[in-house]
Amino acid sequence: MLRLPPFELLQPATLAEALELKKQHGEDAMYTSGGTDLYPNMKRRQFEPHFLIALKGIEELSRIEIKNGIRIGAGVSLDKVANHPFIQEHYTALSTAAGLVSSPQLRKMGTLGGNLCVDTRCTYYNQNYPWRKSLGFCMKKDGDICWVARSSPKCLAVSSSDCAPVMLALEADFILLGNEDQRTIKAEEFYQDDGIHYLRKKPDEVLISISLPEKSGWNSVYKKLRRRGTIDFPVLGAAVSVRLDEDGICQDARLALGAVSSAPVLASKASEKLLGKKPDSDLIQAAAYEASKLAKPMDNTDMNLGYRKKMVSVFASRALSEAIAS
Amino acid sequence: MKKLINLTVNNEHHEVWTSPHKTLLEVLREDLQLTGTKHGCELGECGACTVIIDGEPLLSCLVLPSEVEGCQIETVEGLAQHGKPHPLQKSFVELGAAQCGYCTPGMLMSAKALIESEDDLDPQKIREALSGNLCRCTGYAKIIEAVEKASLEHQSTTETSHG
Ligand SMILES: Cc1cc2nc3c(=O)[nH]c(=O)nc-3n(C[C@H](O)[C@H](O)[C@H](O)COP(=O)(O)OP(=O)(O)OC[C@H]3O[C@@H](n4cnc5c(N)ncnc54)[C@H](O)[C@@H]3O)c2cc1C
Ligand code: SF4
Ligand code: FES
Ligand code: FES
Repeated sequence: MLRLPPFELLQPATLAEALELKKQHGEDAMYTSGGTDLYPNMKRRQFEPHFLIALKGIEELSRIEIKNGIRIGAGVSLDKVANHPFIQEHYTALSTAAGLVSSPQLRKMGTLGGNLCVDTRCTYYNQNYPWRKSLGFCMKKDGDICWVARSSPKCLAVSSSDCAPVMLALEADFILLGNEDQRTIKAEEFYQDDGIHYLRKKPDEVLISISLPEKSGWNSVYKKLRRRGTIDFPVLGAAVSVRLDEDGICQDARLALGAVSSAPVLASKASEKLLGKKPDSDLIQAAAYEASKLAKPMDNTDMNLGYRKKMVSVFASRALSEAIAS
Repeated sequence: MKKLINLTVNNEHHEVWTSPHKTLLEVLREDLQLTGTKHGCELGECGACTVIIDGEPLLSCLVLPSEVEGCQIETVEGLAQHGKPHPLQKSFVELGAAQCGYCTPGMLMSAKALIESEDDLDPQKIREALSGNLCRCTGYAKIIEAVEKASLEHQSTTETSHG
Protein backbone atom coordinates (compact mmCIF):
# COMPACT_ATOMS: atom_id res chain seq x y z
CA MET A 1 0.00 0.00 0.00
CA LEU A 2 1.11 3.50 -0.84
CA ARG A 3 0.05 5.22 2.35
CA LEU A 4 -0.36 8.84 3.41
CA PRO A 5 2.16 10.04 5.97
CA PRO A 6 0.56 10.68 9.38
CA PHE A 7 -1.15 14.04 9.86
CA GLU A 8 -4.02 15.51 11.79
CA LEU A 9 -7.08 16.65 9.85
CA LEU A 10 -8.54 19.96 10.97
CA GLN A 11 -12.04 20.74 9.75
CA PRO A 12 -12.90 24.42 10.25
CA ALA A 13 -16.46 25.57 9.55
CA THR A 14 -15.54 29.11 8.54
CA LEU A 15 -12.77 30.94 6.69
CA ALA A 16 -11.86 32.85 9.84
CA GLU A 17 -11.30 29.56 11.67
CA ALA A 18 -9.24 28.19 8.76
CA LEU A 19 -6.98 31.26 8.78
CA GLU A 20 -6.63 31.09 12.55
CA LEU A 21 -5.54 27.44 12.30
CA LYS A 22 -3.00 28.33 9.63
CA LYS A 23 -1.64 31.11 11.83
CA GLN A 24 -1.33 28.69 14.71
CA HIS A 25 0.42 25.91 12.79
CA GLY A 26 2.33 27.88 10.14
CA GLU A 27 4.47 25.78 7.83
CA ASP A 28 3.33 22.61 9.55
CA ALA A 29 -0.12 22.98 8.00
CA MET A 30 -1.40 22.87 4.43
CA TYR A 31 -4.83 23.61 3.00
CA THR A 32 -6.69 20.83 1.28
CA SER A 33 -9.78 21.12 -0.92
CA GLY A 34 -10.49 17.98 -2.96
CA GLY A 35 -7.07 16.57 -2.12
CA THR A 36 -6.82 15.03 -5.58
CA ASP A 37 -3.50 16.75 -6.24
CA LEU A 38 -2.24 16.94 -2.68
CA TYR A 39 -2.90 13.35 -1.50
CA PRO A 40 -1.07 11.62 -4.37
CA ASN A 41 1.83 14.00 -3.71
CA MET A 42 1.73 13.24 0.01
CA LYS A 43 1.70 9.50 -0.71
CA ARG A 44 4.88 10.01 -2.74
CA ARG A 45 6.29 12.12 0.12
CA GLN A 46 6.48 15.33 -1.85
CA PHE A 47 4.66 16.94 1.08
CA GLU A 48 4.53 15.79 4.69
CA PRO A 49 2.49 18.36 6.59
CA HIS A 50 1.59 17.57 10.19
CA PHE A 51 -1.78 19.26 9.84
CA LEU A 52 -4.23 19.45 6.97
CA ILE A 53 -6.78 22.26 7.05
CA ALA A 54 -9.82 21.04 5.11
CA LEU A 55 -11.57 23.79 3.18
CA LYS A 56 -14.35 21.47 2.02
CA GLY A 57 -16.77 22.21 4.84
CA ILE A 58 -16.68 25.97 4.35
CA GLU A 59 -20.01 26.83 2.77
CA GLU A 60 -18.89 30.23 1.49
CA LEU A 61 -16.39 28.64 -0.88
CA SER A 62 -18.96 26.62 -2.78
CA ARG A 63 -21.15 29.49 -3.96
CA ILE A 64 -21.66 30.67 -7.53
CA GLU A 65 -22.93 34.21 -7.96
CA ILE A 66 -24.03 35.62 -11.32
CA LYS A 67 -23.77 39.41 -11.26
CA ASN A 68 -21.75 41.62 -13.65
CA GLY A 69 -20.13 38.46 -14.88
CA ILE A 70 -19.73 35.56 -12.54
CA ARG A 71 -18.06 34.86 -9.24
CA ILE A 72 -17.21 31.21 -8.66
CA GLY A 73 -16.23 29.98 -5.21
CA ALA A 74 -12.88 28.21 -5.12
CA GLY A 75 -14.54 25.16 -3.56
CA VAL A 76 -16.92 24.52 -6.46
CA SER A 77 -16.19 21.13 -8.01
CA LEU A 78 -14.84 20.87 -11.55
CA ASP A 79 -17.87 18.75 -12.41
CA LYS A 80 -20.20 21.63 -11.44
CA VAL A 81 -18.10 24.12 -13.41
CA ALA A 82 -18.18 21.84 -16.47
CA ASN A 83 -21.95 21.36 -16.33
CA HIS A 84 -23.12 24.82 -15.28
CA PRO A 85 -25.39 26.18 -18.07
CA PHE A 86 -24.36 29.84 -17.60
CA ILE A 87 -20.66 28.97 -17.67
CA GLN A 88 -21.19 26.75 -20.71
CA GLU A 89 -22.89 29.59 -22.53
CA HIS A 90 -20.76 32.58 -21.57
CA TYR A 91 -17.40 31.07 -20.63
CA THR A 92 -17.27 28.03 -22.89
CA ALA A 93 -13.50 27.65 -22.62
CA LEU A 94 -13.82 27.27 -18.85
CA SER A 95 -16.54 24.60 -18.92
CA THR A 96 -14.58 22.78 -21.62
CA ALA A 97 -11.32 22.89 -19.67
CA ALA A 98 -12.96 21.80 -16.40
CA GLY A 99 -14.67 18.94 -18.25
CA LEU A 100 -11.35 17.75 -19.66
CA VAL A 101 -9.55 17.53 -16.32
CA SER A 102 -8.62 13.96 -15.33
CA SER A 103 -11.63 11.62 -14.99
CA PRO A 104 -15.33 11.78 -14.01
CA GLN A 105 -14.65 10.68 -10.41
CA LEU A 106 -11.80 13.17 -9.96
CA ARG A 107 -13.87 16.02 -11.38
CA LYS A 108 -16.50 15.38 -8.72
CA MET A 109 -13.80 15.45 -6.02
CA GLY A 110 -11.45 18.16 -7.33
CA THR A 111 -12.25 21.85 -7.00
CA LEU A 112 -11.67 24.85 -9.24
CA GLY A 113 -9.52 26.52 -6.57
CA GLY A 114 -7.39 23.40 -6.16
CA ASN A 115 -7.01 23.19 -9.91
CA LEU A 116 -5.73 26.76 -10.09
CA CYS A 117 -3.19 26.05 -7.32
CA VAL A 118 -2.22 22.60 -8.59
CA ASP A 119 1.45 21.69 -8.11
CA THR A 120 3.79 21.95 -11.10
CA ARG A 121 4.79 18.65 -12.69
CA CYS A 122 7.95 16.96 -13.96
CA THR A 123 8.90 13.41 -14.92
CA TYR A 124 11.66 13.48 -12.31
CA TYR A 125 9.38 14.76 -9.56
CA ASN A 126 6.08 12.89 -9.97
CA GLN A 127 7.64 9.64 -8.82
CA ASN A 128 7.46 7.78 -5.56
CA TYR A 129 10.03 8.20 -2.82
CA PRO A 130 12.27 5.18 -3.60
CA TRP A 131 12.42 6.19 -7.30
CA ARG A 132 13.48 9.73 -6.48
CA LYS A 133 15.91 8.54 -3.87
CA SER A 134 17.64 6.05 -6.12
CA LEU A 135 18.21 8.61 -8.86
CA GLY A 136 19.13 11.32 -6.38
CA PHE A 137 16.65 13.93 -5.20
CA CYS A 138 16.10 17.02 -7.34
CA MET A 139 15.86 20.67 -6.40
CA LYS A 140 12.08 20.72 -6.14
CA LYS A 141 12.13 18.33 -3.21
CA ASP A 142 14.98 17.20 -0.97
CA GLY A 143 17.84 17.76 -3.48
CA ASP A 144 19.86 20.52 -5.10
CA ILE A 145 20.15 19.62 -8.77
CA CYS A 146 17.75 19.83 -11.70
CA TRP A 147 17.78 16.61 -13.71
CA VAL A 148 16.11 18.26 -16.68
CA ALA A 149 18.74 20.96 -17.11
CA ARG A 150 21.69 20.44 -14.79
CA SER A 151 22.94 23.98 -15.11
CA SER A 152 19.52 25.50 -14.47
CA PRO A 153 19.46 27.68 -11.37
CA LYS A 154 15.71 27.13 -11.06
CA CYS A 155 13.25 24.29 -11.25
CA LEU A 156 11.55 23.94 -14.64
CA ALA A 157 8.57 21.83 -13.58
CA VAL A 158 5.51 22.46 -15.74
CA SER A 159 2.31 24.32 -14.89
CA SER A 160 -0.24 21.59 -15.64
CA SER A 161 -3.61 23.08 -14.76
CA ASP A 162 -6.22 22.99 -17.50
CA CYS A 163 -8.18 25.92 -16.07
CA ALA A 164 -5.21 28.24 -15.44
CA PRO A 165 -4.59 29.32 -19.07
CA VAL A 166 -8.35 29.76 -19.52
CA MET A 167 -8.37 32.20 -16.60
CA LEU A 168 -5.74 34.31 -18.38
CA ALA A 169 -7.75 34.27 -21.61
CA LEU A 170 -10.96 35.23 -19.78
CA GLU A 171 -9.33 38.08 -17.78
CA ALA A 172 -10.12 36.50 -14.45
CA ASP A 173 -9.45 38.12 -11.10
CA PHE A 174 -8.56 35.87 -8.17
CA ILE A 175 -9.70 36.86 -4.70
CA LEU A 176 -7.32 35.90 -1.91
CA LEU A 177 -7.97 36.09 1.79
CA GLY A 178 -5.10 36.05 4.24
CA ASN A 179 -4.56 36.80 7.88
CA GLU A 180 -3.63 40.38 7.03
CA ASP A 181 -6.06 41.33 4.31
CA GLN A 182 -8.22 40.40 1.37
CA ARG A 183 -6.83 41.25 -2.05
CA THR A 184 -7.66 40.81 -5.70
CA ILE A 185 -5.01 39.76 -8.18
CA LYS A 186 -5.14 39.31 -11.95
CA ALA A 187 -4.85 35.68 -13.04
CA GLU A 188 -1.64 36.34 -14.98
CA GLU A 189 -0.07 37.92 -11.91
CA PHE A 190 -1.00 34.99 -9.68
CA TYR A 191 1.49 32.73 -11.47
CA GLN A 192 5.25 33.00 -11.85
CA ASP A 193 7.70 31.10 -14.01
CA ASP A 194 9.44 29.11 -11.29
CA GLY A 195 8.67 25.41 -10.81
CA ILE A 196 9.01 25.63 -7.02
CA HIS A 197 7.55 29.05 -6.24
CA TYR A 198 4.93 28.95 -8.97
CA LEU A 199 2.26 30.99 -7.17
CA ARG A 200 2.48 34.58 -5.98
CA LYS A 201 0.44 33.72 -2.95
CA LYS A 202 1.46 34.07 0.67
CA PRO A 203 1.38 30.72 2.46
CA ASP A 204 -1.53 31.72 4.68
CA GLU A 205 -3.67 33.07 1.83
CA VAL A 206 -6.71 31.11 0.73
CA LEU A 207 -7.96 31.50 -2.83
CA ILE A 208 -11.60 32.16 -2.02
CA SER A 209 -13.16 32.91 -5.38
CA ILE A 210 -12.61 33.64 -9.02
CA SER A 211 -14.30 36.57 -10.66
CA LEU A 212 -14.87 36.64 -14.42
CA PRO A 213 -15.98 39.83 -16.18
CA GLU A 214 -19.14 39.92 -18.22
CA LYS A 215 -18.35 38.39 -21.62
CA SER A 216 -21.43 38.68 -23.80
CA GLY A 217 -20.42 38.86 -27.44
CA TRP A 218 -17.19 36.95 -26.82
CA ASN A 219 -16.43 33.41 -27.89
CA SER A 220 -13.99 31.28 -26.02
CA VAL A 221 -12.41 27.92 -26.75
CA TYR A 222 -9.98 25.58 -24.98
CA LYS A 223 -7.94 22.85 -26.71
CA LYS A 224 -5.94 20.25 -24.82
CA LEU A 225 -3.19 17.89 -25.92
CA ARG A 226 -2.60 14.68 -23.98
CA ARG A 227 -1.85 11.06 -24.77
CA ARG A 228 -5.19 9.48 -23.86
CA GLY A 229 -8.63 11.05 -24.14
CA THR A 230 -9.04 10.84 -20.36
CA ILE A 231 -7.16 10.94 -17.02
CA ASP A 232 -3.96 12.48 -18.39
CA PHE A 233 -2.75 15.93 -17.45
CA PRO A 234 -2.34 18.42 -20.30
CA VAL A 235 0.92 18.27 -22.23
CA LEU A 236 -0.27 21.47 -23.86
CA GLY A 237 -3.33 23.69 -23.44
CA ALA A 238 -4.47 26.55 -25.68
CA ALA A 239 -7.16 28.95 -24.46
CA VAL A 240 -8.64 31.69 -26.61
CA SER A 241 -11.29 34.33 -26.15
CA VAL A 242 -12.23 36.72 -28.94
CA ARG A 243 -14.83 39.36 -29.73
CA LEU A 244 -15.71 40.16 -33.33
CA ASP A 245 -18.05 42.92 -34.54
CA GLU A 246 -20.89 42.34 -37.04
CA ASP A 247 -18.49 42.61 -39.95
CA GLY A 248 -16.23 39.97 -38.49
CA ILE A 249 -13.55 42.47 -37.47
CA CYS A 250 -11.67 41.38 -34.39
CA GLN A 251 -12.23 43.86 -31.55
CA ASP A 252 -10.53 41.97 -28.75
CA ALA A 253 -8.51 38.79 -28.50
CA ARG A 254 -6.69 36.96 -25.75
CA LEU A 255 -4.70 33.80 -26.31
CA ALA A 256 -3.02 31.91 -23.47
CA LEU A 257 -0.98 28.73 -23.36
CA GLY A 258 -0.79 26.13 -20.62
CA ALA A 259 1.84 23.46 -19.89
CA VAL A 260 4.58 25.24 -21.84
CA SER A 261 6.51 26.56 -18.82
CA SER A 262 6.20 26.80 -15.05
CA ALA A 263 3.41 29.35 -15.45
CA PRO A 264 0.56 29.74 -17.93
CA VAL A 265 1.51 32.43 -20.47
CA LEU A 266 -0.47 35.14 -22.17
CA ALA A 267 0.48 35.45 -25.84
CA SER A 268 -0.14 39.17 -26.16
CA LYS A 269 1.84 39.74 -29.36
CA ALA A 270 -0.03 36.93 -31.07
CA SER A 271 -3.41 38.37 -30.04
CA GLU A 272 -2.42 41.86 -31.19
CA LYS A 273 -1.91 40.59 -34.72
CA LEU A 274 -5.64 39.94 -34.96
CA LEU A 275 -6.92 43.29 -33.67
CA GLY A 276 -8.78 45.48 -36.13
CA LYS A 277 -8.60 42.81 -38.81
CA LYS A 278 -10.89 40.21 -40.24
CA PRO A 279 -8.98 37.06 -39.37
CA ASP A 280 -8.55 34.65 -42.27
CA SER A 281 -6.60 31.43 -42.13
CA ASP A 282 -3.27 33.11 -43.02
CA LEU A 283 -3.66 35.64 -40.24
CA ILE A 284 -4.64 32.91 -37.77
CA GLN A 285 -1.57 30.88 -38.75
CA ALA A 286 0.63 33.94 -38.29
CA ALA A 287 -0.82 34.63 -34.84
CA ALA A 288 -0.47 30.99 -33.82
CA TYR A 289 3.14 30.96 -34.99
CA GLU A 290 3.83 34.10 -32.96
CA ALA A 291 2.35 32.39 -29.89
CA SER A 292 4.44 29.28 -30.40
CA LYS A 293 7.62 31.35 -29.96
CA LEU A 294 6.72 31.68 -26.28
CA ALA A 295 6.74 27.95 -25.70
CA LYS A 296 10.06 26.59 -24.55
CA PRO A 297 9.13 23.07 -23.58
CA MET A 298 11.68 20.95 -21.73
CA ASP A 299 12.00 17.20 -21.85
CA ASN A 300 10.10 16.62 -18.60
CA THR A 301 6.55 15.67 -19.54
CA ASP A 302 4.89 12.96 -21.56
CA MET A 303 5.43 12.99 -25.36
CA ASN A 304 8.38 13.86 -27.54
CA LEU A 305 9.86 17.33 -27.24
CA GLY A 306 9.95 18.16 -30.95
CA TYR A 307 6.36 17.06 -31.39
CA ARG A 308 5.18 19.10 -28.44
CA LYS A 309 6.86 22.19 -29.81
CA LYS A 310 5.25 21.72 -33.23
CA MET A 311 1.85 21.22 -31.67
CA VAL A 312 1.86 24.65 -30.02
CA SER A 313 1.06 26.51 -33.24
CA VAL A 314 -1.28 23.73 -34.37
CA PHE A 315 -3.35 23.88 -31.17
CA ALA A 316 -3.25 27.67 -30.98
CA SER A 317 -4.52 27.90 -34.54
CA ARG A 318 -7.26 25.32 -33.94
CA ALA A 319 -8.44 27.20 -30.86
CA LEU A 320 -8.36 30.56 -32.69
CA SER A 321 -10.16 29.23 -35.77
CA GLU A 322 -12.91 27.66 -33.70
CA ALA A 323 -13.41 30.77 -31.56
CA ILE A 324 -13.53 32.98 -34.65
CA ALA A 325 -15.88 30.70 -36.57
CA SER A 326 -18.42 30.23 -33.75
CA MET B 1 -3.04 8.54 17.35
CA LYS B 2 -6.30 6.76 16.66
CA LYS B 3 -9.76 8.21 16.44
CA LEU B 4 -13.35 6.97 16.42
CA ILE B 5 -14.94 7.43 13.01
CA ASN B 6 -18.59 6.80 12.20
CA LEU B 7 -19.23 5.38 8.77
CA THR B 8 -22.39 4.17 7.06
CA VAL B 9 -21.47 1.52 4.53
CA ASN B 10 -24.16 -0.31 2.55
CA ASN B 11 -26.76 0.90 5.04
CA GLU B 12 -24.88 -0.53 7.98
CA HIS B 13 -23.49 1.70 10.66
CA HIS B 14 -19.89 1.17 11.76
CA GLU B 15 -17.86 2.76 14.50
CA VAL B 16 -14.24 2.39 13.48
CA TRP B 17 -11.33 2.98 15.82
CA THR B 18 -8.60 3.84 13.36
CA SER B 19 -5.82 6.22 12.30
CA PRO B 20 -7.38 9.33 10.79
CA HIS B 21 -4.74 9.56 8.07
CA LYS B 22 -5.83 6.27 6.57
CA THR B 23 -7.76 6.61 3.32
CA LEU B 24 -11.31 5.34 2.99
CA LEU B 25 -9.94 2.53 0.81
CA GLU B 26 -7.61 1.41 3.59
CA VAL B 27 -10.34 1.60 6.22
CA LEU B 28 -12.81 -0.36 4.08
CA ARG B 29 -10.31 -3.09 3.33
CA GLU B 30 -8.31 -3.28 6.54
CA ASP B 31 -10.65 -2.18 9.31
CA LEU B 32 -14.01 -3.30 7.92
CA GLN B 33 -12.69 -6.30 5.95
CA LEU B 34 -14.67 -5.14 2.94
CA THR B 35 -12.07 -6.25 0.42
CA GLY B 36 -14.38 -6.11 -2.59
CA THR B 37 -13.13 -2.59 -3.26
CA LYS B 38 -9.78 -2.99 -4.98
CA HIS B 39 -6.55 -1.08 -4.66
CA GLY B 40 -4.78 -0.42 -7.92
CA CYS B 41 -2.61 2.65 -8.35
CA GLU B 42 -3.67 4.34 -5.08
CA LEU B 43 -2.97 7.64 -6.83
CA GLY B 44 -6.29 8.38 -8.51
CA GLU B 45 -5.25 7.05 -11.90
CA CYS B 46 -7.15 3.77 -12.35
CA GLY B 47 -10.63 3.80 -10.80
CA ALA B 48 -10.31 0.32 -9.22
CA CYS B 49 -11.17 1.80 -5.81
CA THR B 50 -14.38 3.57 -6.95
CA VAL B 51 -17.18 3.59 -4.36
CA ILE B 52 -20.43 5.56 -4.33
CA ILE B 53 -20.71 8.33 -1.77
CA ASP B 54 -24.09 10.07 -1.52
CA GLY B 55 -24.90 8.93 -5.04
CA GLU B 56 -21.61 10.00 -6.63
CA PRO B 57 -18.85 7.66 -7.80
CA LEU B 58 -15.63 8.76 -6.04
CA LEU B 59 -12.13 7.34 -5.62
CA SER B 60 -11.77 5.86 -2.14
CA CYS B 61 -7.96 5.93 -2.37
CA LEU B 62 -8.12 9.74 -2.19
CA VAL B 63 -10.97 10.19 0.29
CA LEU B 64 -10.42 10.72 4.01
CA PRO B 65 -12.98 8.84 6.13
CA SER B 66 -13.42 11.78 8.53
CA GLU B 67 -14.74 13.81 5.61
CA VAL B 68 -17.47 11.31 4.77
CA GLU B 69 -18.89 10.71 8.24
CA GLY B 70 -22.67 10.90 7.91
CA CYS B 71 -22.58 10.11 4.19
CA GLN B 72 -24.09 7.04 2.55
CA ILE B 73 -21.20 4.92 1.30
CA GLU B 74 -21.91 2.09 -1.12
CA THR B 75 -19.41 -0.58 -2.05
CA VAL B 76 -19.60 -3.59 -4.34
CA GLU B 77 -20.59 -5.77 -1.35
CA GLY B 78 -23.89 -3.90 -1.17
CA LEU B 79 -24.90 -4.53 -4.77
CA ALA B 80 -26.69 -7.84 -4.32
CA GLN B 81 -29.97 -7.49 -2.45
CA HIS B 82 -31.78 -10.32 -0.63
CA GLY B 83 -29.35 -12.82 -2.09
CA LYS B 84 -30.12 -11.70 -5.64
CA PRO B 85 -27.45 -10.18 -7.87
CA HIS B 86 -27.89 -6.62 -9.10
CA PRO B 87 -28.88 -6.27 -12.80
CA LEU B 88 -25.35 -5.03 -13.48
CA GLN B 89 -23.81 -8.10 -11.88
CA LYS B 90 -26.12 -10.30 -13.95
CA SER B 91 -25.35 -8.58 -17.23
CA PHE B 92 -21.59 -8.61 -16.50
CA VAL B 93 -21.77 -12.36 -16.00
CA GLU B 94 -24.04 -13.02 -18.96
CA LEU B 95 -21.95 -11.01 -21.40
CA GLY B 96 -18.57 -12.02 -20.02
CA ALA B 97 -17.68 -8.44 -19.12
CA ALA B 98 -14.95 -9.48 -16.69
CA GLN B 99 -11.66 -11.19 -17.46
CA CYS B 100 -9.29 -11.09 -14.50
CA GLY B 101 -12.00 -9.14 -12.67
CA TYR B 102 -9.73 -6.69 -10.89
CA CYS B 103 -11.33 -3.59 -12.37
CA THR B 104 -14.85 -5.01 -12.05
CA PRO B 105 -15.89 -3.67 -8.61
CA GLY B 106 -14.86 -0.16 -9.65
CA MET B 107 -16.59 -0.52 -13.02
CA LEU B 108 -19.77 -1.74 -11.31
CA MET B 109 -19.85 1.18 -8.91
CA SER B 110 -19.26 3.80 -11.63
CA ALA B 111 -21.92 2.07 -13.70
CA LYS B 112 -24.41 1.88 -10.81
CA ALA B 113 -24.09 5.62 -10.12
CA LEU B 114 -24.62 6.24 -13.83
CA ILE B 115 -27.70 4.13 -14.40
CA GLU B 116 -29.32 5.51 -11.27
CA SER B 117 -28.73 9.11 -12.29
CA GLU B 118 -29.51 8.96 -16.02
CA ASP B 119 -32.21 7.23 -17.98
CA ASP B 120 -31.38 8.08 -21.51
CA LEU B 121 -28.10 6.22 -21.92
CA ASP B 122 -26.18 5.47 -25.09
CA PRO B 123 -22.78 3.81 -25.54
CA GLN B 124 -21.03 7.18 -25.78
CA LYS B 125 -22.44 8.36 -22.43
CA ILE B 126 -21.46 5.05 -20.87
CA ARG B 127 -17.93 5.36 -22.27
CA GLU B 128 -17.62 8.84 -20.81
CA ALA B 129 -18.95 7.78 -17.41
CA LEU B 130 -16.50 4.88 -17.28
CA SER B 131 -13.56 6.88 -18.59
CA GLY B 132 -11.98 7.01 -15.14
CA ASN B 133 -11.97 3.21 -14.82
CA LEU B 134 -9.12 1.40 -16.50
CA CYS B 135 -9.29 -2.25 -17.48
CA ARG B 136 -5.87 -3.81 -17.99
CA CYS B 137 -7.44 -6.79 -19.75
CA THR B 138 -9.11 -4.22 -22.05
CA GLY B 139 -12.48 -5.85 -22.36
CA TYR B 140 -14.16 -2.46 -22.71
CA ALA B 141 -16.62 -3.40 -25.47
CA LYS B 142 -18.32 -6.06 -23.35
CA ILE B 143 -18.32 -3.86 -20.27
CA ILE B 144 -20.11 -1.11 -22.18
CA GLU B 145 -22.64 -3.58 -23.61
CA ALA B 146 -23.26 -4.99 -20.16
CA VAL B 147 -23.91 -1.56 -18.68
CA GLU B 148 -26.30 -0.72 -21.50
CA LYS B 149 -28.19 -3.97 -20.96
CA ALA B 150 -28.44 -3.43 -17.22
CA SER B 151 -29.56 0.16 -17.65
CA LEU B 152 -32.50 -0.99 -19.78
CA GLU B 153 -33.44 -3.53 -17.15
CA HIS B 154 -33.02 -0.93 -14.39
CA GLN B 155 -35.35 1.44 -16.26
CA SER B 156 -38.03 -1.15 -16.75
CA THR B 157 -37.94 -2.23 -13.09
CA THR B 158 -38.10 1.36 -11.82
CA GLU B 159 -40.97 2.06 -14.23
CA THR B 160 -42.96 -0.92 -12.97
CA SER B 161 -42.21 -0.16 -9.34
CA HIS B 162 -43.49 3.40 -9.83
CA GLY B 163 -46.69 1.90 -11.20
C1 LIG C 1 -4.88 10.84 -12.06
C2 LIG C 1 -4.98 12.34 -12.00
C3 LIG C 1 -5.19 13.05 -13.18
C4 LIG C 1 -5.26 14.42 -13.15
N1 LIG C 1 -5.45 15.09 -14.33
C5 LIG C 1 -5.51 16.43 -14.34
C6 LIG C 1 -5.72 17.12 -15.57
O1 LIG C 1 -5.91 16.52 -16.62
N2 LIG C 1 -5.73 18.48 -15.55
C7 LIG C 1 -5.56 19.19 -14.39
O2 LIG C 1 -5.60 20.40 -14.45
N3 LIG C 1 -5.39 18.56 -13.21
C8 LIG C 1 -5.38 17.19 -13.15
N4 LIG C 1 -5.21 16.54 -11.95
C9 LIG C 1 -4.92 17.31 -10.74
C10 LIG C 1 -6.09 17.59 -9.81
O3 LIG C 1 -6.93 16.48 -9.69
C11 LIG C 1 -6.93 18.76 -10.28
O4 LIG C 1 -6.11 19.81 -10.67
C12 LIG C 1 -7.90 19.22 -9.20
O5 LIG C 1 -8.72 20.22 -9.70
C13 LIG C 1 -7.21 19.74 -7.97
O6 LIG C 1 -8.21 20.24 -7.09
P1 LIG C 1 -8.31 19.76 -5.58
O7 LIG C 1 -9.44 20.50 -4.97
O8 LIG C 1 -8.38 18.29 -5.49
O9 LIG C 1 -6.91 20.27 -5.05
P2 LIG C 1 -6.11 19.88 -3.73
O10 LIG C 1 -5.37 18.62 -3.96
O11 LIG C 1 -7.00 19.94 -2.55
O12 LIG C 1 -5.10 21.09 -3.65
C14 LIG C 1 -4.08 21.32 -4.60
C15 LIG C 1 -3.11 22.37 -4.03
O13 LIG C 1 -3.75 23.62 -3.90
C16 LIG C 1 -3.81 24.04 -2.54
N5 LIG C 1 -5.18 24.57 -2.38
C17 LIG C 1 -6.33 23.91 -2.62
N6 LIG C 1 -7.38 24.74 -2.48
C18 LIG C 1 -6.87 25.95 -2.16
C19 LIG C 1 -7.46 27.24 -1.90
N7 LIG C 1 -8.78 27.43 -1.98
N8 LIG C 1 -6.64 28.27 -1.58
C20 LIG C 1 -5.30 28.08 -1.51
N9 LIG C 1 -4.68 26.91 -1.77
C21 LIG C 1 -5.47 25.86 -2.08
C22 LIG C 1 -3.49 22.83 -1.70
O14 LIG C 1 -2.84 23.17 -0.52
C23 LIG C 1 -2.60 22.04 -2.65
O15 LIG C 1 -1.29 22.53 -2.56
C24 LIG C 1 -5.15 15.13 -11.93
C25 LIG C 1 -4.95 14.41 -10.75
C26 LIG C 1 -4.88 13.03 -10.77
C27 LIG C 1 -4.69 12.30 -9.49
S1 SF4 D 1 12.45 20.60 -13.41
FE1 SF4 D 1 14.35 19.92 -12.43
S2 SF4 D 1 14.21 20.64 -10.30
FE2 SF4 D 1 12.17 20.81 -11.20
S3 SF4 D 1 11.13 18.92 -10.65
FE3 SF4 D 1 12.07 18.54 -12.65
S4 SF4 D 1 14.10 17.71 -12.22
FE4 SF4 D 1 13.33 18.57 -10.32
S1 FES E 1 -6.64 2.79 -6.58
FE1 FES E 1 -7.82 4.58 -6.47
S2 FES E 1 -7.75 5.27 -8.52
FE2 FES E 1 -6.36 3.60 -8.58
S1 FES F 1 -10.99 -7.52 -16.26
FE1 FES F 1 -8.89 -7.50 -15.81
S2 FES F 1 -8.54 -5.39 -15.39
FE2 FES F 1 -10.51 -5.38 -16.22
